[in-house]
Amino acid sequence: MLSIQRLSVSVDDALILKGSSLTIGEGHVHAIMGPNGSGKSTLANVIAGNPAYTVTGGDIFFNNESIIELSPEQRARKGIFLAFQYPIEIPGVSVSSFLRTAYQKTHDEVASVSEFQTSVEHAMQPLGIPKEFSERNVNEGFSGGEKKKAEILQLKILDPKFVVIDEIDSGLDIDALQVVAQAIREWMTPEKSVLIITHYNRILKYLEPTHVHIMKEGMIIKSGNKNLAEEVESVGYSFR
Amino acid sequence: MSFPITTDYKYGFRDEEIAVARTPKGLSRKIVEMISHYKNEPQWMLDFRLHAYDLFCKKKMPNWGADLSGINFDDMYYYLKPTERTTHDWADLPAGIKSTFDRLGIPQMEQDFLAGVGAQYDSEVVYHNMRKELTDLGVVFCDVETAVREHPDLVKKYFGTVIPPGDNKFASLNSAVWSGGSFIYIPPGVQVNTPLQAYFRINAQNMGQFERTLIIADEGSFVHYVEGCTAPIYQSASLHSAVVEIICLRGSRVRYTTVQNWSKNVYNLVTKRAVAYEDATMEWVDGNFGSRVTMKYPAVYLMGKGARADILSLAMAGEGQHQDAGSKVIHVAPYTSSHVVSKSVSHRGGRTSYRGLLKVHPEAHGVKSNVQCDALILDKFSRSDTYPVMQIDNDDVSIGHEATVSKIGTEQLFYLQSRGLSPQEASLMIVNGFIEPIVKELPLEYAVEMNRLIELEMEGSVG
Repeated sequence: MLSIQRLSVSVDDALILKGSSLTIGEGHVHAIMGPNGSGKSTLANVIAGNPAYTVTGGDIFFNNESIIELSPEQRARKGIFLAFQYPIEIPGVSVSSFLRTAYQKTHDEVASVSEFQTSVEHAMQPLGIPKEFSERNVNEGFSGGEKKKAEILQLKILDPKFVVIDEIDSGLDIDALQVVAQAIREWMTPEKSVLIITHYNRILKYLEPTHVHIMKEGMIIKSGNKNLAEEVESVGYSFR
Repeated sequence: MSFPITTDYKYGFRDEEIAVARTPKGLSRKIVEMISHYKNEPQWMLDFRLHAYDLFCKKKMPNWGADLSGINFDDMYYYLKPTERTTHDWADLPAGIKSTFDRLGIPQMEQDFLAGVGAQYDSEVVYHNMRKELTDLGVVFCDVETAVREHPDLVKKYFGTVIPPGDNKFASLNSAVWSGGSFIYIPPGVQVNTPLQAYFRINAQNMGQFERTLIIADEGSFVHYVEGCTAPIYQSASLHSAVVEIICLRGSRVRYTTVQNWSKNVYNLVTKRAVAYEDATMEWVDGNFGSRVTMKYPAVYLMGKGARADILSLAMAGEGQHQDAGSKVIHVAPYTSSHVVSKSVSHRGGRTSYRGLLKVHPEAHGVKSNVQCDALILDKFSRSDTYPVMQIDNDDVSIGHEATVSKIGTEQLFYLQSRGLSPQEASLMIVNGFIEPIVKELPLEYAVEMNRLIELEMEGSVG
């Protein structure tokens, strides 16, 4: 589904990713773990097309098509979704109108207002999000947990093919983490794929990865199965 | 002076000029007398006009605000009467004028949700109508000429008292050559729950439109008055200079909503002021989208204990536009309160200014006031300035003032783009969110219109 080939990325002339490669197949759940500043979040942003990062080499293929030249909205319309580590506030725009607009931009068919509202409420319930939430402004005044849940709510409504989940576990207590992981599992099908960016093993206990990679200083230095995540937990990132 | 012709202004069409009477170009004592003569006015009104004309000649152009150098008082028509009389039936209007108002959707709006409509075309109100049940309750809604004839006591008592002819050069000008506008009287205790609307259309080239509005809300009454306006696009400047006076008697509430959408060759220089007596509430909701230059600072004098002022204003300035808008609140009486929210958006080299005055008199203790002005600048070619003035002469007050200037952040754009919105769609969403506190105060029909205006304005401005 997604293939990253020898990707090099710099920000303000500093090289952050140094020729990383990674292939994610359908139905797979990959996790990238690594210490702070290793380049994990940079990778997440570059997959989504954040213009703040400059791609200096390599390519990204999505369903065998290069997306490296595509704008973020073109990537979103192809079915790529980034759940943000720090979701951005949009003052004055309600969650419901935001979701509806985003849905219209990423889907050809359009549901009626009432049908759409029903599906939003249906998606909110298992996340423990109250109904009134849809009238609040996007991420404005949200607690850390509410922001993360709102990202997962968007994931469920927009229903992309591939999702990058960037540090969803920071700012979530254990109950909320389970709820969020459960929601991601329910969203998952054999045709979809997930890339989890995380510092800790915590979320991986609830969202079992098929593949685990360790990133350090802009390179993937080790790959393995879920046992690798447990190894990280016991010995830290001091791999050689 | 010439102006860029933009094609995204939907109301830029024009009709053939028809006039049953018009004064020659330029302004003189003679022209003022002619206007008064056409209107068959009593001597006291002619005297009022001539006195105002003398003041106009003496007063200097304001030099503290927007650039007014494009105005040539000699190259303008001050009075153009398009029809013989005001009608109560759209079908009676000359075909061109009727089709203009049809295209603007006014008859349909009247049918759908308005309690009364006045429609002014160049200098005269050509159509006026109000639901019969309001007439039966004693509500008066007519043009000011009719009020001079039929309600002289009320007009004499209040006309020119809130904004005297010498208030500023453009108030003097309006007082000398005023024509048309609305006169509204709401009897004690009467609540007019659906809006009354006036629509102002300039059609002729080099035209000055000088309507005059006087609203008197008697004790415990309520009215919501809405005005809209458009004009054809001409290469030369047109001038719109209105005077709006509002009297809110004890316990009354007046809401005055403006959706200003003049074409971009219009100088819009308007004086709007209300007085609010004991426990009365005055609400200005002021949206400015069109015009080349707007200078307008809706004001409220809080004269009686417990009176309240609410001023919500929104300005959007694009290429070649300067929206110099704001508010003035003068707390004269104790325990009065005011709430001001001003939002401005500048893009494509447009300029917005917020000019605010908050004054608390020494005897006005227990005053509460909160002023918030927020500016959003969409690109590096555009500009926004804030000029707040506060004169607080009483210590027992609670005053809040907050001003912000923001740009659309790249992070905000990326977030919305990652959800499928183009940069332009993302900017529009951010702008709509920014102005939402104002738009939500509007009746739905106007909120839809305002969102549509913003969308049209922003087409092609980003990305």
